[in-house]
Amino acid sequence: MLRFILRRLLQMVGVVFVLSLLVFLWLRSLPGGTVSAILGEKATPARRAALEKALGLDQPLYVQYWEFLKRAVKGQFGSSTGVLPGVDAMQLFLQRFPATVELSAFAIIVAIALGIPLGYMAARRRASWFDNTSVVGSLIGVAVPVFFLAFMLKYFFAIKLHWLPVSGRQDPSLDATRVTGFFVLDGLLTREWDSAWDAVKHLILPALALATIPFAVIFRITRASVLEVLDEDYVRTAESKGLTSRVIRGRHVLRNALLPVVTTIGLQTGGLLVGAVLTERVFSWGGLGEAVAIGFERRDYAVLQVCILMAAITFVVINLLVDIAYAVIDPRVRTR
Amino acid sequence: MPNPLSPSGRKQRIDDLAATAGASGRSGGSDESGGSGGLAVDEVTVEDAGRVEESAGVSLIVSAWRRLRRNPVFLLGLTITALFVLMAVFAPLVAPHDPAAGLLLDKVRPQSNPVPGPEPGFPLGADPVGRDYLSRLIVGSRQTLVVGVCATIFGLLGGLTLGVLSGAFSGWVDSLVMRVVDVMLSIPSLLLAVSIAALAQSPSQWTLIIAIATVQVPVFARLLRGSMLAQRSTDHVLAARALGVKRSAIVFRHMLPNSLGPVIVQATLVVASSIIDAAGLSFLGLGNPDDRQPEWGQMLGQAQDHIYDNPALAVWPALCIIVVALGFTLMGESLREALDPKTRR
Amino acid sequence: MKLTRKTTAVVSVATLALTLSACAQSDRGTSADKSSAGGSDTKDTITFGAAGAPELFDPFYATDGETFRVTRQMMEGLVGIKPGTAEIQPELATSWEASADGKEWTFKLRDGVKFWDGTPFNAEAVCYNMERMFDQNEVAQGGPAGYWADVMGAFKSDAKDALYQGCSAKDDMTAVIKISRPTSKFPTALSLDSFSMQSPKALKAGDANNVTKQGEGFGYPAYSKNPVATGPYKLEKYDEANKTVTLVRNEDYWGEKAKTKKLVFKIIPDESTRRQELEAGSIDGYDLPNPADWKGLKDSGNNVLVRPAFNILYMGLNPAKNPKLKDLKVRQALYYALNRDQLVKTQLPEGATVATQFMPDTVSGYNKSLKPYAYDPEKAKALLKEAGAEGMTLQFAYPSEVSRPYMPNPQKIYEALRSDLEKVGIKVTPVTKPWNGGYLDTVDNGGFDAWLLGWTGDYDSADNFIGTFFANLKENDFHTSATSYGAQLSKDLEAADAIVDEGQRNAAYEKVNQQIMEEDLPGLAISHSPPALVVSKKVQGLVPSPLTAETFSSVTVSK
Repeated sequence: MLRFILRRLLQMVGVVFVLSLLVFLWLRSLPGGTVSAILGEKATPARRAALEKALGLDQPLYVQYWEFLKRAVKGQFGSSTGVLPGVDAMQLFLQRFPATVELSAFAIIVAIALGIPLGYMAARRRASWFDNTSVVGSLIGVAVPVFFLAFMLKYFFAIKLHWLPVSGRQDPSLDATRVTGFFVLDGLLTREWDSAWDAVKHLILPALALATIPFAVIFRITRASVLEVLDEDYVRTAESKGLTSRVIRGRHVLRNALLPVVTTIGLQTGGLLVGAVLTERVFSWGGLGEAVAIGFERRDYAVLQVCILMAAITFVVINLLVDIAYAVIDPRVRTR
Repeated sequence: MPNPLSPSGRKQRIDDLAATAGASGRSGGSDESGGSGGLAVDEVTVEDAGRVEESAGVSLIVSAWRRLRRNPVFLLGLTITALFVLMAVFAPLVAPHDPAAGLLLDKVRPQSNPVPGPEPGFPLGADPVGRDYLSRLIVGSRQTLVVGVCATIFGLLGGLTLGVLSGAFSGWVDSLVMRVVDVMLSIPSLLLAVSIAALAQSPSQWTLIIAIATVQVPVFARLLRGSMLAQRSTDHVLAARALGVKRSAIVFRHMLPNSLGPVIVQATLVVASSIIDAAGLSFLGLGNPDDRQPEWGQMLGQAQDHIYDNPALAVWPALCIIVVALGFTLMGESLREALDPKTRR
Repeated sequence: MKLTRKTTAVVSVATLALTLSACAQSDRGTSADKSSAGGSDTKDTITFGAAGAPELFDPFYATDGETFRVTRQMMEGLVGIKPGTAEIQPELATSWEASADGKEWTFKLRDGVKFWDGTPFNAEAVCYNMERMFDQNEVAQGGPAGYWADVMGAFKSDAKDALYQGCSAKDDMTAVIKISRPTSKFPTALSLDSFSMQSPKALKAGDANNVTKQGEGFGYPAYSKNPVATGPYKLEKYDEANKTVTLVRNEDYWGEKAKTKKLVFKIIPDESTRRQELEAGSIDGYDLPNPADWKGLKDSGNNVLVRPAFNILYMGLNPAKNPKLKDLKVRQALYYALNRDQLVKTQLPEGATVATQFMPDTVSGYNKSLKPYAYDPEKAKALLKEAGAEGMTLQFAYPSEVSRPYMPNPQKIYEALRSDLEKVGIKVTPVTKPWNGGYLDTVDNGGFDAWLLGWTGDYDSADNFIGTFFANLKENDFHTSATSYGAQLSKDLEAADAIVDEGQRNAAYEKVNQQIMEEDLPGLAISHSPPALVVSKKVQGLVPSPLTAETFSSVTVSK
């Protein structure tokens, strides 16, 4: 077991190393660059050269990469130049991370709360009007461009009806205390109930917009898996034994059907973390997605390097944990 | 992410789909290689008993078609798709005006009339540079189809190459290709598309298409590899190998054709997600900058400046995208279900 | 044979145990503090939507408007800007005068001004600030100290090349600044936000000059987060997680105190979101509303405050890349082909004007007698024929992923100009690149035949416009070195800049402007577009500034 974990950890280091090289090369092969983004119309060849020198961008690529590696090992990723200029990129990542996690968590909760019950009901009433409508409905959810859905939600619920705030994470006039960076949690911990409630209100619309895709996926998987289980011998046996449908439902169908659903949820959550570029953009949500989008526009190498690498590491670590869990449960996996 | 195959759930679904291919080329064989398919073999054997190998696949398609004909969801999808393709083909004949001509430009006044409203001959009014909006929507269907289909075809070709490489050779070629594919799958699709689109020295429609196609390559590759692996140990491939048929012939004559079923299903779905992804990229400013030939995603992206005062500018192309994406998705999903032996009941 | 292969998957959810200090306490102000200030019918907070985060709070190292908007509320320079104009007025200096040769400037300082930390503002403080700006390390010279590099040319390490030659305290309230040559920049350039006066004590304590290279970016010293200056607002808090900057009234301000107690800048990068926030009432105003939104904003009762235009949009031409452009007739033909009246009326915001020269009429040295090249496609065709350039091809570029005050929507402007050019038979090859993704680089490297670009002035000086474009013969985007007139033009501009007397200088610039437009025509000046700000109808007292240098101390928001 230990050897398995060690081997996987080594592989992980390799993957991250290769990825860092790829990200580094990709950023530097983009047309334009940091220098143009900083100088704008004021760029003259002389000013460009001076700034390139000051930033060390005039060095050969392999030197730059070596410098980057040396610093990265020490956890120093340099300062942002475009997203929050002058702020340490790692610090920026750590600040943005809770925002994205908070949003993703809410979105996943919404997706689960809607997806599993609907999927189960649709499967039980297979081919009924309810089934057909909810299948088509979930597919419509997938067919709507996310940013358009976000606009529409905002338009009706924030602008026309004034029920919910338009953007951001919290009303600044509340002057809320920060503890963890998760605003809802902060509000609860410090007993600033109004701050917590305000943060929840800010979460609703972006979480809804972000939840459509995972909802559709969870709905589909639940439906398919319930259908499959319903047809298993043990369910038929249970039915023929005359067990009440409630017992069958709870003990046999749901429990067995939910296993693949749980796996899906795990994978979906991983994808949401960096996948929220459009939603965060529309709702001006100060998360990683927005940081990546702006960093990209302004060619902010440090921020992009950190965000992409950390996202990749998070992703790899989650996968590793899942694999370890599998290995613990199913020894056959270890030999693969 | 406007992609029905959201980043990481993708893997599982691709593999599920791949397993169905194994089923189509198999008659009552064992299921050691078939991945995760919970194949109800008893039914297959009853239905296909005594048939020869090749016709098993045909019978699956025939029986699938029989079920599809009665499936309202599929028929709805098919109708939408057919109408869309017809509109795209005949767009210039149908459109009342030239989509690139600023016919109502002189009515545009940023202060009093930024977006000319409907008037006789211009039922949807014009866009902010005075071009007839209805014509742009109609002609836009063509570019939208081009983007959707080209992105799918390029993605398919890329995936085909990788998938065949990986499925035909085992060993290090396979593991290398699959590692690359895994890495690509682990990056959220829109982020990957954005990264590729940004590398272009001069953005155009083709950079958009290539960016979206690249995102689809790993999906197709994994799908093909899965179903080709399933093929590799089927009886007819074993038989061919035993007869000394050349490897390339086995791959291209026997394994590949039998693996294409799920790929085609996937392609239908990819057309939809390509159209949606194109809109996402346009929203982020990475779309086709030249708007003389309109495209719905681009129109939607450009409408964001006016979404508040003139939501119609955004709603029309968005509705078109939603309906067409839905059409392809409905069609693809019902095809998938029909071809999946698990649900053949 | 029944096959039931069931995948049993168990996912272990990694629970992140958050070890939180048991005493996570609320540290926000008491409620009494919140409701005390403000008159009976005005709110005690102004919330303004900003498009981007401030880089830091030491304006000397900043080059962007988002930072200056914040620091302008907190800091003052020797020379100020008269509200609503581009003209200078006394601020921390009450008066100034130049020696006869224009190389020595004497500033009388305002009495009774104190920095927030209680230290007095005097001649010593002025000279400390000037020397501090002059003495920058290598890293700061390369980038962050950009405005000093622009205006003064060099730093202490190359003191001989610098415009700035030293500062001395003649007495406690009189400072003398020496410069190497007479120039039109002085003292106007001292009104730049970068040259604001900050507390010497705090600068020293916060190691303010210690700019470092951090990876591919710059690291700023502690001082940049805790500035100390003299202005009507003080920095209270920068909440990076919630993207808000909060300023609070300086109760000991030397002048008229700010009318509203708190000033909050909420950072909302997305344009349409800013508008929605305003409509929803969660912000009181925002900068640079999209011209497409002006009408809707007004319709819903907001005030769109249009600033006088202080910019220029031009179509650059590169004779070194396309030799046909060396012929004046061809350049004039292009100009006559453009229907700029229609462009201004249909695509540019209200108040936009057709340009007659490379600077707006708000700049001294503007030549009022110049008339615009009228739209005349026939004349354009005739000129092209004369020059033997009928059906010439022109590679013409525009930027994507950007919106500038002088060019709110580059693609639409481009499309209009492109079809005008095509109407006179020119074959246009359209090219586009993202603004930060190669467009600016390619312009600098001379990679386009023709392109769209512009300029927003920093301060009221002709040199800041036409000087920037054409004075440097060796390196300019228009490649005037490849023309017959370029060298002369460059000399004329330098001569005009060195004239000490304001009247004579302006006359000289007017002459240069005429010469540029009538004889040289290095590029095609297109238009001036006024940028705007928008505030809700509850906001009073905000004066739009052509330099986008609005101050909020006079602003009130009714309840």
